[in-house]
Order: sequence, then C-alpha cells, then structure tokens
Amino acid sequence: MKRTRSGHFEIRLSTDERDLLRGLGPRMREVLADEADPVRQRLFPVAYPDDDDRQTEYRLLAHDELLESHLGALATLEETVDAERLDADALTAWMRALNEVRLVLGTRLEITEDGDERPADPDDPEAQAFAIYDYLTYLQGEIIEALAG
Amino acid sequence: MPVEVKEPEVGEVVVADRPWVVIVWNDPVNLMSYVTFVLQKLFGYSKDKATKLMLDVHHKGKAVVSSGPRHKAELDVFRLHEHGLWATMEHDT
Repeated sequence: MKRTRSGHFEIRLSTDERDLLRGLGPRMREVLADEADPVRQRLFPVAYPDDDDRQTEYRLLAHDELLESHLGALATLEETVDAERLDADALTAWMRALNEVRLVLGTRLEITEDGDERPADPDDPEAQAFAIYDYLTYLQGEIIEALAG
Repeated sequence: MPVEVKEPEVGEVVVADRPWVVIVWNDPVNLMSYVTFVLQKLFGYSKDKATKLMLDVHHKGKAVVSSGPRHKAELDVFRLHEHGLWATMEHDT
C-alpha cells in the first residue's frame, strides 16, 4: 500500500492474497444474513445498555442502515479486489470491510489482548482461521498506515 | 377520580438538561492504530488528541470521545458502530 503523487494508492498484492479477499464477501454476507448468529451482534452493538426502551428505538432506527453500511464496504472490496490503484474512499471501504471480518473472526476465535496461542497443527481448521485473522490484521495495519500517512 | 400529577423534582430537570456522553469501550480486536484513525476521521481530532483517547480506551477500558444533545450523541454512536467500534451513550454524570 503506497500513496502515489496523484493521491491514489498503489495496491500490490499477490493473486493468492486477492483470492483470499475475494472469498470474504460471500462468507460475511452469510453471517450478516443470520440474525440468530450471536457473533453477528458484535457488528450491531447496543447503544443504550441501561435503557431498553431507547435501545429498542435505536435498533429500529439504526439497524437497517448499519447493515447497509456494512454490506456496502464489503461490496466495494469485492468490486475493486483486482484493482492496482484505489482512491482514498475505496481504500477506506477496504479498511472497514477487513475490520468487519476481523471482528467476526476474532469473536469466534475468542481473541484476547494478551496474545493467543495458535494451534501447532497447520491443518487444524482453527489454525487456518488464525492465519487468516493474522493476515487481515497485517493488511489492515498497512492500509491504516497508508491512509494516515 | 383525581389524577395524580407527579411534580418533577429538581433533580429530574437537571437530568434532562445534562448532555449525553459517547463512550468507546476497549475490545481485543480493534487495532490501536485503527481506533486512533477512526477518532480523527469521524471527529476531526488531532492525532495527539485521538491517540490520547485511544490510550485511555486501551488502559482504562473506556473513554468519553464526544458529548452533546441526544441526537448528536446518537449519530456519533451510529458512526462509531459503522466502523465496528464498541460505543455506547449515557447521560453525563
């Protein structure tokens, strides 16, 4: 990720990396479509923890717009996943989409702040989920650095 | 039948007038650089101010990131939720 003189950002990623990113949208849409999935709640936080009436009202007002916003960032990532240059708006959508995926994966993996032990066996499905999580963390960090720089 | 009219107590009026505060809570997934960046982007804070708030979130578990009338606070909470931050709002104490 590098800002060019024209204010755009150069996206240098391998085919494998782009394929991984391409696969995120469909999986995230499944999570977002399943209102019974407790992990989904992390993307729709409670605004009024001490006031059920106001929380119900907030959810009524905000939920659909928030869902649309989450889906919009994922859609931008999918539409531009092969791009070699992005403008700041598109790269910001990438940053948000990656964060959504990290929130879902991190919640599933019960990530803690003190560093988590990764399974030793690389074929362990959890090891793969950790590997994806760690890669997305790295990539999101690169994007933030590019946008903030 | 007499209708009981509840006189508002002084304290309640004060409650209604008090501003709302928007709180961001610590969570283990959102990156420190991300929280700082989002606070700068959404509220126009300087890097120093956003970093200080992020560090409060990280070390103290939470920080008040904005305040104001209820509608403004609710919009701020919504924008933080759009960015995946764990934000709540409450009356200033």
